[in-house]
Amino acid sequence: MMNWLKGNWFYLLVLIIALLAPVVITNRYYSQVITMSLLFAIAALSLNLILGYTGQLTLAHGGFFALGAYGVAIMTYTLGWNFWLALPLAAIFAAVVGFLVGMPTLRARGSYFAIATLCLGEIIYLIAGNWIEVTGGHNGIVGIPHPSPIPIPGIGVLTFESQTSQYYMVLFFLLLTLFVMYRIRESMRGRTFMAVLCNEDLAESVGINTFRTKLLSFVVANFFAGLAGGIYASLIGSISPSVATVGLTFNFLMYVLLGGVGTLAGPIIGAFFLPILLEYLQFLQDYQMILFGILLIVVIIYFSSGFMGLYKKISNRIKKSKVGA
Amino acid sequence: MELFLQQVFNGIMLGSTYAIVALGLTLVFGILHVPNFAHGHMYMLGAYVCFFLITIFGFAYWPAVALAAILLAVAGVILEVLVFKPLRNDPGFNPLIAALGALIILENVVVVLWGPEGHRIPNPYPGIIDFFGITMSVQRLLVIGMAAAMIILLQLFIKKTTLGNTIEAVAQNKEGATLVGINVNFVSAMTFAISTALAAIAACLVAPIFMISPSMGALVGMKAFVIVILGGLGSIPGAIAGGMILGLIEAIGGGYFSAAYKDVFGFGALVLILAIRPTGLFGKEIKGR
Repeated sequence: MMNWLKGNWFYLLVLIIALLAPVVITNRYYSQVITMSLLFAIAALSLNLILGYTGQLTLAHGGFFALGAYGVAIMTYTLGWNFWLALPLAAIFAAVVGFLVGMPTLRARGSYFAIATLCLGEIIYLIAGNWIEVTGGHNGIVGIPHPSPIPIPGIGVLTFESQTSQYYMVLFFLLLTLFVMYRIRESMRGRTFMAVLCNEDLAESVGINTFRTKLLSFVVANFFAGLAGGIYASLIGSISPSVATVGLTFNFLMYVLLGGVGTLAGPIIGAFFLPILLEYLQFLQDYQMILFGILLIVVIIYFSSGFMGLYKKISNRIKKSKVGA
Repeated sequence: MELFLQQVFNGIMLGSTYAIVALGLTLVFGILHVPNFAHGHMYMLGAYVCFFLITIFGFAYWPAVALAAILLAVAGVILEVLVFKPLRNDPGFNPLIAALGALIILENVVVVLWGPEGHRIPNPYPGIIDFFGITMSVQRLLVIGMAAAMIILLQLFIKKTTLGNTIEAVAQNKEGATLVGINVNFVSAMTFAISTALAAIAACLVAPIFMISPSMGALVGMKAFVIVILGGLGSIPGAIAGGMILGLIEAIGGGYFSAAYKDVFGFGALVLILAIRPTGLFGKEIKGR
């Protein structure tokens, strides 16, 4: 127990801070920013599964986020279903679309797959903007209800109207996603993902069915992208085709890359600190995105392993100097 | 029948512009292996440069097109040297992601400088020709003619001049090209210059027909990738054929089925083709990344 604590005290500390955050942060605006950061961390973690652990660059991640968002919006607002039924159904819908789309596109490799998924994201965007009867066209859907209350026998009713309760709900789903990603990484199945990442031809030659491996990773990643999208729709209360733009995919990509691709902490760090950084750069207004682009290029050229890579490099150097002394 | 021929004419016009844009992309993506996602944004920048040369500096149409092509060639070299050259030997997706960064910068620089709204270049040839019931504006005919001229010139340059041959040499074998004294850095920069100049010319040609706006590049860039893959990486005839196919799919799909979904047809065709032939219609087998 003590040993476990010694190895993981830092993560425990982060968890405690995350649990206590709503007590400290009472400002409504900041509270909203943090809740959204946690939500985007779910999407970034799922992108990391397919990009960081399986080595396939999908540019339709925003599209699958939008599928989940539209799924929840249509099921809860238009059809009037319970949110807790709609959310898993929307995530499964995103996963099923991911399966159907992954079947043909994952046969293509590298840049070809990236471009095929870019086109898919664009198709989802075009359908969201033009299928007016279902998606509301470019006006989108407004007035999506908050998550339905959950009655707990003997205690009362769990509602999700306050910001604090919404924060804890998103935190719960983030921890759930993190747990699943951790289990995948440590499993035999996860090792096959990484074998595909390292060398697809070699993985194939030692008997790994690389196509099925990539497909599984893609489906799981899209499930969580849809989950994040579904929660987003319900918390924000309105959606429009703008959630399906490739810009959102680029944001997720940047969270993963700046935080550190192929690590579990990286995407969360990226999703958490990048929006906060952007809030501070708010005064730059239109120049903000230009700076963003420059930052992306500089990071890719000089620190392509992101913040986590930098952290590892520094901690290795400290360890070495200790051994030397 | 007249409607059909009209759509075919529009399709060929669209296809001609797509073909020139895709030619530029097939040079950098197929030959230098740089997935330049910012290619469509260079096209957009070309249209803006042309617009300002005409409306602010009072250039005539053709000098403005020529100057825009030269300026964009310079911009292409800058892009290559600053963004892609440091990543030349980088594996994986890093050049692609750097291109995304370049695209974000380009689009937002244009928004900051000139606003997000659309503009229109005054049409230099507003005349209309009626040909057996098909309406052809002179500008549209000009687009087709210029596209053909650009294609022939590029083909002559690559096949008949020493400078053009060096591009093919680098494409076939980078080390071998270096050994016989070809400066790979120079060839890369030159290929980028040709690529972005072609994009600028295409943009200047269609700018009097369509609106120009900061977001016009994203869709065209994406379509150029679709065409390059349809036609096979690095293949010039493939890019021309792919451009024409996509133009016709869009014009006929948009005319007969649904204008709102015309882009879905084109992108859908790409996904289908990749499903059947994962390396494109005329593509060769590629090794892992």
